[in-house]
Amino acid sequence: MSKLEALTSAQAEVVRQMTVCNACRYCEGLCAVFPAMELRRAFDGGDADYLANLCHNCGACYYDCQYAPPHEFAINVPVAMAALRDETYARNVWPAAFAGAFARHGLWVTFAAALSVAVFVAGFVAANDPGALFAPVGGEGGFYRMMPHWAMAGLFGAAFVYAIAAIGIGVRRFWRGTDAQAVGWAEIWQACRDAASLKYLDGGGMGCMNAGERPETDRRRLFHHATFYGFALCFAATGLATVFHEFGAQAPYPLWHPVVVLGALGGVGLVVGPLGLLAERAKRDAAIATHTGMGAAFLWMLCLSGLSGMLLLALRDTAAMGLLLALHLGLVFALFLSFPYGKFVHGFYRFAALARYAHERRTRKVEAVD
Amino acid sequence: MPGPGEDPSVLVAGGGNAALCAAISAARGGARVTVLERAPKFYRGGNTRHTRNMRVAHTAGNGILTGPYPVAEFLDDLMRVTKGVTDELLARMTLERSAELWDFLWAQGVRFQPSLGGTLSLGRTNAFFLGGGRSMLNALYRTAEDLGVVIHYDTQLVDIVLDGDRFVSGTAESGGVRREIQADALVVASGGFEANIDWLTQAWGPAAQNFLIRGTPYNRGEALRLLLDKGIAAVGEPNQCHAVAIDGRAPKFDGGIVTRLDCVPFGVVLNAGGQRFYDEGEDFWPKRYAIWGRLVAAQPGQIGHVIIDEKAIRLFMPSVFPPVVAESIPELAAKIGLDPATTTETIAAFNAACVPGSFDHTVHDDCRTEGLTPSKSHWARPIDTPPFYAYSLRPGITFTYLGVKVDETARMIRADGRRCANLFAAGEIMAGNILGQGYLAGIGMTIGGVFGRIAGEGAAHVQA
Ligand SMILES: Cc1cc2nc3c(=O)[nH]c(=O)nc-3n(C[C@H](O)[C@H](O)[C@H](O)COP(=O)(O)OP(=O)(O)OC[C@H]3O[C@@H](n4cnc5c(N)ncnc54)[C@H](O)[C@@H]3O)c2cc1C
Ligand code: SF4
Ligand code: SF4
Repeated sequence: MSKLEALTSAQAEVVRQMTVCNACRYCEGLCAVFPAMELRRAFDGGDADYLANLCHNCGACYYDCQYAPPHEFAINVPVAMAALRDETYARNVWPAAFAGAFARHGLWVTFAAALSVAVFVAGFVAANDPGALFAPVGGEGGFYRMMPHWAMAGLFGAAFVYAIAAIGIGVRRFWRGTDAQAVGWAEIWQACRDAASLKYLDGGGMGCMNAGERPETDRRRLFHHATFYGFALCFAATGLATVFHEFGAQAPYPLWHPVVVLGALGGVGLVVGPLGLLAERAKRDAAIATHTGMGAAFLWMLCLSGLSGMLLLALRDTAAMGLLLALHLGLVFALFLSFPYGKFVHGFYRFAALARYAHERRTRKVEAVD
Repeated sequence: MPGPGEDPSVLVAGGGNAALCAAISAARGGARVTVLERAPKFYRGGNTRHTRNMRVAHTAGNGILTGPYPVAEFLDDLMRVTKGVTDELLARMTLERSAELWDFLWAQGVRFQPSLGGTLSLGRTNAFFLGGGRSMLNALYRTAEDLGVVIHYDTQLVDIVLDGDRFVSGTAESGGVRREIQADALVVASGGFEANIDWLTQAWGPAAQNFLIRGTPYNRGEALRLLLDKGIAAVGEPNQCHAVAIDGRAPKFDGGIVTRLDCVPFGVVLNAGGQRFYDEGEDFWPKRYAIWGRLVAAQPGQIGHVIIDEKAIRLFMPSVFPPVVAESIPELAAKIGLDPATTTETIAAFNAACVPGSFDHTVHDDCRTEGLTPSKSHWARPIDTPPFYAYSLRPGITFTYLGVKVDETARMIRADGRRCANLFAAGEIMAGNILGQGYLAGIGMTIGGVFGRIAGEGAAHVQA
């Protein structure tokens, strides 16, 4: 977006609030947003988009602010940032026709998931005889009797590549819109560390605030770690399974197998993490709650994918295997397809913002004088 | 409103730093404590809500404080700003005990951060609260609640009963309902009277109607009035207040820190008649902003207009309200309601009087005027590069100096010289004992912290 273009109302609100914050700066030590803000005297739409995505929504600055509502300055940074974040996802989405998917994400995802599961069930039935869906087909290669490996790998590989490509295009649009410059490897590495540790989700050390002004120490961070690393482990398990498959070892694997161990650990994370985050959301103080349903839908999808995977592991030698496999694959397929159009993208936008922040810190100086 | 049968052993009036330090210390000392806070919950904590730091003595830097600040240096600084108008014994004790405040506050959950962007000069001497004063207050309130301190919002101390030098009971009022509360001791930590325009008008005349109040609208000084009327000795000048020049568009109350304007040294300041009236470049702004409140208060309509040009716009902290901008001086003058011809003349005269020098805003440079009255002694550069910018200035009141006299145990002293047995004061209401005039950034919170603790501990241990 060019600097001259008019601001959206969400951008205008962030610009308004950041102008007050920049004259105040009391929250400087809370997170990356305020030091990044101080590098500027005035804010355009791109700056607002960038700062919004740098905010981790820890809530601290709302409770710390002497200008929060009912004060006439009505400063509520977490809420303004969250609204603009959602808008940046929609504004930069590819293809643009899907922009509405963010706002109606819950509905969209439920529909996609149901459809996807139904298609897998139907596919299994069509490809095999109807009875096969309920017959115990344990032992090596059992899963692939329901659906050939090439088909599974091809379908999911394609869905994943599509998701990553679509997200990549969106994030690239976002990156260009914020006038960001090329960043170096050291800065990418810094962003990796900050993102992997959720460095800025702790209110500057006092703790993240969620249900009220009492800091919650680390609960949201821990649940987020469980979710993220659970997802990463499941992903690693799938990748490893593909490698083993190439070398002739076919799923289902025995319980001690690295693929199963990684998948089981990841599955636990994917169930516990999202449930924990959903519980935290339920407790969130109405003053800083910005729930559009997008985050909840994403969390439920992750949780159900994890849960169906765990069930599949537990019941893979029973008659339920066929149906569970269809359920699990259906959910994961819908999850992949929903990636570019829901909360999943926040990680990429946040990462881009963190990389830019690392870059700015090295190359820009605070203009204001002492 | 405290219910019947809820009589505490220590009653605290006020809800800011001093009151909460007192309440926490009294509770830790074993007292049952009730706090009466006049403000609603969001506005709790008076002007403490707007603070950012506290000046503390320390023998070594600690990673956040950048170096040592010995008591002796602190005392020198205090003597310099007050020109000796202080109770030296009380002052020395306050500064010595300020060294305990970092650890005390940390133990109550308060956290600190390095000095903020734009305030580096305070990084060695002042402990900045992580998240600012409201975060600091929130931590104190959480701790007080955890210690069983009962807090009543929207509840004001409106009367007290004294029996000679003893406090007997206080009257609380909330929503038009009054109730008398017995307690073994009372700590009054209700701040000054800076939000009481009528009282300010008595001291300053009608000009006070145009003052802006930088902090809470709830510090109206009723408790101070009450104490003085009941025979407690006063300290500090009744007609003195800390008045700084702030953005004229600030709200009447509670605009806080963001309404400051740091651009005066880089431009000229004109009054409503389009004339300069004081040396804008006398010293660095942090050393001068407090006299500019008075200077502007003395001008017609209590208003001033800073005019700068493009060369200066990036030299100071960003302002909360955007400046008025114009491509020429007459156009700018018209926009801000000054006479274009006079303004143009004033600027031309100023520009002609600037002698060439090498501009450096970080030192007292040699850019000054010659043959101009009033002169500008530093940072004087012709205002000739468009666009031109204007900000309006009005006096913003930070706090008042009049207070009650106390001794080193924070007990109030009566006008007849006798010391009260169980009546304590802490914070701004007694700051005048130490800060008779002038100001040292961060010392308001120091005095509140030190005397709050002393008052709370003392109040918990009075003999009923
Ligand atoms: C914008 C601004 C910034 C400042 N920044 C700093 C800074 O960084 N560092 C610093 O040291 N100082 C600063 N000060 C000064 C500082 O705010 C005061 O010195 C300090 O807050 C005094 O603390 P206190 O507890 O005595 O009073 P306050 O914090 O003002 O608290 C007074 C309390 O008493 C309550 N009250 C009033 N009347 C009654 C009544 N009748 N009954 C019951 N309750 C009552 C009020 O509601 C309030 O809660 C600043 C002031 C302002 C305005
Ligand atoms: S959120 Fe409030 S306290 Fe924090 S920097 Fe902004 S205006 Fe200041
Ligand atoms: S990360 Fe936390 S402190 Fe920082 S802007 Fe967001 S909500 Fe405020």
